[in-house]
Amino acid sequence: MHVPDGFLDAPTSIATGVVAAVAVGVALKGARRELDDRTAPMAGLVAAFIFATQMINFPVGVGTSGHLLGGALAAILVGPFTGLLCMTCVLIVQSLLFADGGITALGTNIDLMGVTTVALGWLAFVAARAILPKRTSSVAPAAAFAALLTVPASAMVFVLLYSLGGTADIPIDTLAAAMLGVHLVVGAGEAVITFFAIASIVAVRPDLIYGARPLIARRELEVRVSEASA
Amino acid sequence: MSRPGPVSTRAVRWSALVVALLLAGVVSFYAATSPDGLNRVAQDQGFASTETEHAAGDGPLSDYQTRGVDQGRLSGGAAGVVGVLVVLGLATALTYAVRRRPSRTSTGA
Repeated sequence: MHVPDGFLDAPTSIATGVVAAVAVGVALKGARRELDDRTAPMAGLVAAFIFATQMINFPVGVGTSGHLLGGALAAILVGPFTGLLCMTCVLIVQSLLFADGGITALGTNIDLMGVTTVALGWLAFVAARAILPKRTSSVAPAAAFAALLTVPASAMVFVLLYSLGGTADIPIDTLAAAMLGVHLVVGAGEAVITFFAIASIVAVRPDLIYGARPLIARRELEVRVSEASA
Repeated sequence: MSRPGPVSTRAVRWSALVVALLLAGVVSFYAATSPDGLNRVAQDQGFASTETEHAAGDGPLSDYQTRGVDQGRLSGGAAGVVGVLVVLGLATALTYAVRRRPSRTSTGA
């Protein structure tokens, strides 16, 4: 999904850069509330884990591959604002050190793989968490559902940007159909990886997952009530 | 520190780091090499050629290979390990920098 230099024209790249800068600015402010003794040491590891996982391309049909984007995973593990900071670190290192994702497209890539996936991933996760039973075993399914949505959504944001400032004259409906088709399958892979990553932490230490905390607080409250009444 | 689970926080952190290093350093060699979704669509739709040269394209770690190391497994693995450590350092430094300092009168609940 890393957009290289040259796919989008200069005005669009500048605009996406401005959007990315504003979003990261908001995240820097918002992350202050999320980062405590438990989440702060996790954030670096979450970013490192997402970088590593993005190196593992899995086959998607014949002659095509995909990899985890990780925005939903990051948002659920350390909170959406910190999650965006994690994704931004990953994308900056990938572009500058590994030439993966254009330098002029860095803003575009932060918007596609950071802002879109983190924001939608977090909102979809919170919605699913509200509907599912209030226990920690709901966290991984809710995370998988959120992850599933983020990949096609990110692909559609790319199509939107391409319709505004693509450097080649491509019929947008054909582009949209092709992007959606591939990225629905990549989204299934995203959901599976996110499910197992979250489920493995839920199994040992659910309290380390930012998105699981409300469910744990609720359980502790119930225990105290039963003790008081006994 | 309380331990609200069977595994210590330290063990979870070390496990995450080891898994990340193994994925980037070893498993990445076996990753699919075909173009990713966007690149494949760009080829099929005929706009792959609009890609312009990357300004950091001849850097020492470009395309996840270590310059000067010919052995593919080692070249990719070393690049992956360096990447994991650089991302870990950058993200850790950033989060500690923006982190709200805990107040001295905080209650040790």
